Amino acid sequence: MDELLQIEHLTTSFKISDDYYAAVDDVSLTVRKNEIVAIVGESGSGKSALAFSIMGLHNRASITGTIRFNGQNLVGLPPSKMNSLRGKEIGMIFQDPLSALNPLMIVGAQIEEALILHQPSLSKKERKHRVIELLTQVGIPSPDLVYENYPHELSGGMRQRVVIAIAVANQPKLLIADEPTTALDVTIQLQILDLIRKLKNDIEAGIILITHDLGVVAEMADRVAVMYAGQIVEMADIYTLLSNPKHPYTRSLLQSVTSTAEPKSTLYTIQGIVPSLKNLPRQGCRFAPRIPWISESAHEEQPEMHEAAPGHYVRCSCYNHFYFPDKEDSNVWRF
Amino acid sequence: MWKIVARRITIMIPQILLLSIFVFLLAKAMPGDALSGLIDPNIDPKAIAEKRIQLGLNKPWYEQYWDWITSALQGDLGQSFRFKMPVTELVGERMANTFWLSLATLVFTYLIAIPLGIISGRYNDTLADRMITGYTYIGFAAPLFIFALVMLWVFGFHFGWFPTGGSVEPGSTPGTAAYIASKLYHLLLPALSMALITTVTTVQMLRNEIIDTKFKDFIVTARAKGASESRIYNRHVLRNSLLPIAAFFGYELTGLIGGTVFIESIFSYPGMGQLFLSSISLRDFSVVTALVLLYGVASILGSLLSDLILGIVDPRIRIK
Amino acid sequence: MALLEVEQLKVHFPIRGGLFGRKAEPVKAVDGVRFTIEEGQTYGLVGESGSGKTTTGRAIIGLNPITSGDVLFQGRSLKRIVRGSNQSFRRDIQMIFQDPYSSLNPKKRVIDIVAEPLRNFERMSGQEEKRAVQELLEKVGLSPDSIHKYPHEFSGGQRQRIGIARAIALKPKLIIADEPVSALDLSVQAQVLNFMRDIQKELNLAYLLISHDLGIIRHMCDYIGIMYKGRHVEQGTTSDIFGNPQHIYTKRLLSAIPDMDPNNREKQLQLRAAVNLEYKEAYNRFFDEQGLAYPLKPLSETHYAAMPERG
Repeated sequence: MDELLQIEHLTTSFKISDDYYAAVDDVSLTVRKNEIVAIVGESGSGKSALAFSIMGLHNRASITGTIRFNGQNLVGLPPSKMNSLRGKEIGMIFQDPLSALNPLMIVGAQIEEALILHQPSLSKKERKHRVIELLTQVGIPSPDLVYENYPHELSGGMRQRVVIAIAVANQPKLLIADEPTTALDVTIQLQILDLIRKLKNDIEAGIILITHDLGVVAEMADRVAVMYAGQIVEMADIYTLLSNPKHPYTRSLLQSVTSTAEPKSTLYTIQGIVPSLKNLPRQGCRFAPRIPWISESAHEEQPEMHEAAPGHYVRCSCYNHFYFPDKEDSNVWRF
Repeated sequence: MWKIVARRITIMIPQILLLSIFVFLLAKAMPGDALSGLIDPNIDPKAIAEKRIQLGLNKPWYEQYWDWITSALQGDLGQSFRFKMPVTELVGERMANTFWLSLATLVFTYLIAIPLGIISGRYNDTLADRMITGYTYIGFAAPLFIFALVMLWVFGFHFGWFPTGGSVEPGSTPGTAAYIASKLYHLLLPALSMALITTVTTVQMLRNEIIDTKFKDFIVTARAKGASESRIYNRHVLRNSLLPIAAFFGYELTGLIGGTVFIESIFSYPGMGQLFLSSISLRDFSVVTALVLLYGVASILGSLLSDLILGIVDPRIRIK
Repeated sequence: MALLEVEQLKVHFPIRGGLFGRKAEPVKAVDGVRFTIEEGQTYGLVGESGSGKTTTGRAIIGLNPITSGDVLFQGRSLKRIVRGSNQSFRRDIQMIFQDPYSSLNPKKRVIDIVAEPLRNFERMSGQEEKRAVQELLEKVGLSPDSIHKYPHEFSGGQRQRIGIARAIALKPKLIIADEPVSALDLSVQAQVLNFMRDIQKELNLAYLLISHDLGIIRHMCDYIGIMYKGRHVEQGTTSDIFGNPQHIYTKRLLSAIPDMDPNNREKQLQLRAAVNLEYKEAYNRFFDEQGLAYPLKPLSETHYAAMPERG
């Protein structure tokens, strides 16, 4: 039993002028110990809303379905119980390390807070010792000095290391990283990704890596879930997903990556735009409006997840009928 | 830190110098001079002219200014023709009263603002918040002098709960407990009247700061650490929201100056403000000039204080 | 003659400090950069934050003061052109900004935004102007009926198109595009990049493309300059840079590009470790005491790198 997190039929809705809109719609997902599951999607796909739902960080949302963490359902858990899990069993890394840190507190105190909350038995001296240890672990040179620094005195990469130190302070079993490298330069991105990989091995945590960057996914993930308009449309292990993508959205997305396209060639583009939360079609395949050349009969009325191959799930039967209109054979993703 | 203080003070000196020149020239520009009030109009104009020369009033303005400023620096701000006593002595007495009034007002201001601002900000868009915001709108709209008059009439005259004038019971001996109690009693109504109006700015500011802060990303980080709501408010939201309030303290002082002028006149409280208004109406110019200069210096010091507080409490501005 | 020649461009920002605001050592945001852009070509300026790539672009268009050096546009110095005297170059060089949300005035309608350069440089009647704006919108793939809409009624990609419509209104010869797609989603990125290439062909435009995304740079550019701390470390054609990088910084930057093939993870790990080792070992040879790059040396007709004095 390595299943750390089991999400089943999770729906997170927000109330917008008297009506509920599902930012996360019927998501089922499993994360195992020592595994990196990437959740990929564009803005508005619901990937961050999913992360916040797991952490219980949504203020006014209606959540249905179950989120089982080590067997315990987190949906509807009272705040005090949730607080004892957050930061201890589940840690979170945020996108923008500057705004994620309190500008008026020294870095050391911000990491210490996580220890004060979950390891109250530690003495002041032990706590400080542990913080220095954590700063060293996340690769910060001269941790004694950085301990006393304020966030604005550190570089972007250093700040993100501090945010990571907070997240792993209590050796969580699950780590949620929400776009952890989007705000960073490429060389720093690489260092942070290496660090996340190393920490995963150190504490044997399961990791949910939320990103829009397919390159990061290809480098990091064991399994991938692709989200579109609040739903997971495809889920598979990384090798299968990149070499044999099935869902029209995944296939289209992979076609528009610059780094693998022929220089100066015309990139594949997806027609139309990502629908906003308020304009989501409530029925039918949500990607259908963006592939109008696929006949309506190819889509399901209530698209379900199909197991195309063992462990490879695709939503809506339209994937069986999908083709690119102006390309001969783009079906195969070439490395 | 000290470097910054030293730098700010060096900037302050020319400011005060300019202010004093301006005040002096304004006083000069007013019709009449020290002699026109002092001297019997029947005296021979020749004697007056001689007296002028004797007093240096026919010298060019910059020489007169120099004389004035040098004696001012030595603590001599001239004579009040109405009270027939040195301005320094006269103002000194009043200054203590105004100081106590201002202090009491400040205490009331923060006693009202902090709890109201916190409730309003933390539970925004609830009934409590709407009521508090409603009060602040009334506070913004109501002119201080009208509100003070109403307070004076209701609590001073109608109910008779508070004294309606003076700073202390006549005849009490300075230094005794009764004297101090009486001083406090006289302060209460004017200070509260002023605080109830001036505090609304602070309430609004604190409310906005709290609402602003509670949606910041680092609050999410704190929640993700597993901090309880109360801890989040006490450790993160409040601390960060009170910072701008603290920095505003110096300007609050400046604001008090305007307030005390009205309040002291309305409550016949013998402070600088009351003296100021009566001196204007009696054309006691040497007193007016001295007071304007003092008020100016206080404002400049207030803004200095604000900058310093911000420099001390905000690490992003703090200079090593 | 090249369209744009940047010669030993320096942009230094003074820092005020000390008791009486004495001038301290200035920040050398751009410190001696030279490159040329030919008509119809794309020059990519790459670097990490603080490399001076954005400052360079802004200095060319006159948004940052030039400390020394010169910028020649069609052989004429832009430095000497006094504000208001001869503005013709201003219509030939336009800019596309990074954030399509903040670069468009939210209180203005599309027609006013797009027509702004037309109003500055051309005398048009209301009818002509309207027709011109509608044509421009059509060109960037937006409905001509949307001229009376406000920016917030559009998606991010559409807003970036409005920004481009404004930039090409005067048929410029050079567009400086500062991270034009980094705020956009992947599928929208592709739309905007394709579109930028289409109008390039149509108008024979030259681009100065400023980006930190090497994938985009490789896809779009003919020539590439890699910047580090205000200086160029390497310059060359796209195949020079990607096929035969010489400077250790370039190598390190290229090795950090995510690899799309998960089968290469182990290989990449080793490659990066090797590159990092080389970077650490050779750092003192490749950079001076201040950690700055040496002047560029020619390696071939097109390829220049800031190689150390010896070796």
